[in-house]
Amino acid sequence: MATVFKKPEALTDAPLHYCPGCTHGIIHRLVAEAIDDLGILGKTVGVAPVGCAVMSYDYFSCDMVEAAHGRAPAVATGLKRAMPDRIIFTYQGDGDLASIGMAETVHAATRNENVTVIFVNNAIYGMTGGQMAPTSLPGQVTQTSPYGRDVKTVGYPIKVCELLSALDAPYYIERVAVNNVKNVLAAKKAINRAFRNQIENRGFSLIEVISSCPTNWGMTPDNALKWIETDMIPYYPLGVYRDKSKEEN
Amino acid sequence: MAYTQILIAGFGGQGILFAGKVLAYKGLEEQKQISWLPSYGPEMRGGTANCSVIISDTPVGSPIVSNPDILIAMNLPSLDKYESAAVPGAKVFIDSFLIDRKVKRSDIEAFYIPATKIARDLGTPTLANMIILGKVIRETGAVSMEGLKEALSKTVSAKHRDLIELNMKAIEAGYGFSE
Amino acid sequence: MEKVLMKGNEAIAEAAIRAGCRHYFGYPITPQTEIAAYMSKRMPKIGGTFLQAESEISAINMVYGVASAGLRAMTSSSSPGVSLKQEGISYLAGCDLPALIVNVQRGGPGLGGIQPSQSDYFQATKGGGHGDYHLIVLAPASVQEMADLTVKAFDLADKYRMPAMLLADGTMGQMMEPVELPEAVEYKPEKPWAVTGTENKREHNIVNSLYLVPEQLEQKNIERYEKYRTVAENEAMCEEYMTEDADVCVVAFGIAARVSKNAITEARKQGIKAGLIRPITLWPFPKEAIRKAADKVKGFVSVELSMGQMIEDIRLAEDCKKPVSLCCRVGGMIPSPEEVLKAIKDMEGGKI
Repeated sequence: MATVFKKPEALTDAPLHYCPGCTHGIIHRLVAEAIDDLGILGKTVGVAPVGCAVMSYDYFSCDMVEAAHGRAPAVATGLKRAMPDRIIFTYQGDGDLASIGMAETVHAATRNENVTVIFVNNAIYGMTGGQMAPTSLPGQVTQTSPYGRDVKTVGYPIKVCELLSALDAPYYIERVAVNNVKNVLAAKKAINRAFRNQIENRGFSLIEVISSCPTNWGMTPDNALKWIETDMIPYYPLGVYRDKSKEEN
Repeated sequence: MAYTQILIAGFGGQGILFAGKVLAYKGLEEQKQISWLPSYGPEMRGGTANCSVIISDTPVGSPIVSNPDILIAMNLPSLDKYESAAVPGAKVFIDSFLIDRKVKRSDIEAFYIPATKIARDLGTPTLANMIILGKVIRETGAVSMEGLKEALSKTVSAKHRDLIELNMKAIEAGYGFSE
Repeated sequence: MEKVLMKGNEAIAEAAIRAGCRHYFGYPITPQTEIAAYMSKRMPKIGGTFLQAESEISAINMVYGVASAGLRAMTSSSSPGVSLKQEGISYLAGCDLPALIVNVQRGGPGLGGIQPSQSDYFQATKGGGHGDYHLIVLAPASVQEMADLTVKAFDLADKYRMPAMLLADGTMGQMMEPVELPEAVEYKPEKPWAVTGTENKREHNIVNSLYLVPEQLEQKNIERYEKYRTVAENEAMCEEYMTEDADVCVVAFGIAARVSKNAITEARKQGIKAGLIRPITLWPFPKEAIRKAADKVKGFVSVELSMGQMIEDIRLAEDCKKPVSLCCRVGGMIPSPEEVLKAIKDMEGGKI
């Protein structure tokens, strides 16, 4: 009988701890599939964030480092400088990458550090129980914005792809989502590309993945995926924000 | 056993630290124990700068010279500040072109050299530090003139090689100066 | 080998390179910037990495990355910058990663000043960041030691898998003295735990300090403290100067020890038997030397460029058997030999 579906080699057998309906599992799988497809498992080192994906070091079967909150791009910089022939990726959430780690993110990008950044944007701090994130939408109710995000007092969400695209250096920046099959297939392609860029020594690639958090959004998994379509994507348009391969041609 | 504590003081930009370095390198060539300690910080350009140099036959303790045996004052604030700190019997070297007063103490030996003027006359206006250094070497024997050029060549950075001769000329002019 | 005149900061940088360190990450701050400047010149020529990071925090985390890969890495800063690095230092300790952090101290707290200080003693020796941990802390008192202890710090860090700190001060960083540089070694890491890629030949390595099961985290801490006990038993270092017959024992490190030697020479001239214990390792603190001296001396004088920090470790080491007085200047000021001499005389005469 032909095998039609199997667990990627780049994932361990450890059961994921993510909540039901959370799309981190899908994104883990896409990252693992990319590593498998490109045959780089033995030479890849991943950097786990602080946040929901903190324990991803147990889930990816490549070598892993757990970084302090927001510092993954700096840790990845150290790893890549130490081992230029290894493939280094970070897997970070919105609080980690766009709030406490914004400096590390921007500067790794502007150095065109040859690493791959997987940025999971679910508009909330999940691990700590649903606080307002730098990417929470205007009006979004969270534990620390109980009356809805008031842009007059706490400002507007940060659009990471748009912001980083203002820099000259980064090689590839794309925003994708994992709320339906079509988008998942596009996300797979983008993540694959981000790793391939690194193999080809192109430089900094960041893939922002719009992800769901049914638990902290207070929605059923199905409604959470719908909310991505109706609320998240209109605010965070999908697409390629930077592609230097086009400039090179 | 000689333990010579030298304090060089003046404005930033007068080559205070460089003069100290020449002494330190020469002391090292002479197999002495050496320490060289600059003041550092915002006074780097234009403010007051000073430099402690110790040349000794025995290991150097504190590298900070608070009571110099040899004081080089390249401007008035430096003389005002450090005259009282010099040890009795200290030799004090004064750029008399920039400092228009004599020392107040009678228990120190003062040497007045119009170093800045001599330097200008030589066509090397930035080398008053080397003029006064020549005089210091003459009057104290803290280091010897022999082999000074080699020490200079270690002090001067590679891109300023052409300046070694000029520095040497200035040191010799100071060495030969008599009041 | 030929002696060369070098600034303390430059001696650290050159010694680190000779010890096989090829990755330096820093951020400008007075009075240690010469280390970065030196590295920026040398590293590109020897295939190493010099990177001016966007912050002290990033610099220490880049060190964390290189250390995870099993290579020798370092960062340097001065007091305010070292405060920023504490997060990363705690993570290095929590992951049992070797690395070198240099602190060329300046006056504090806050932005403080830029003149020499030793007021980061507590921060360096008691942990500094969050959690139960120690660093190996080495305190050079000459440019020669700036070089030698840099090599030693890398070696000890590797041997015990823990971060090491070189705790210097502005004077040590800025002064020039003749130095005999250590032999260059070709560094070959033997670190099977490093995250160098599995090559599909082994289970994946994980560098991590997160243990959500309290029993596991407790066990990790206990094991780490067993290691610290071994370090304390084997690696404490100090210099003893004229302590054999001393009535008054000065305890001082770094620049304070240099000043104290002048005072001791003068005291001896005046017929007062003074001596010096100069801790070379601040953690582990040379307790045994202090404890032994306590049986013989009238008392101790702690000479510090801080408001009385090391004095606590002296009292713990000598178990309050003898009086300990404090002779200190702070804020960038340095005690004069006369001030130390007076403190010695006061202790000798029982006037404390």
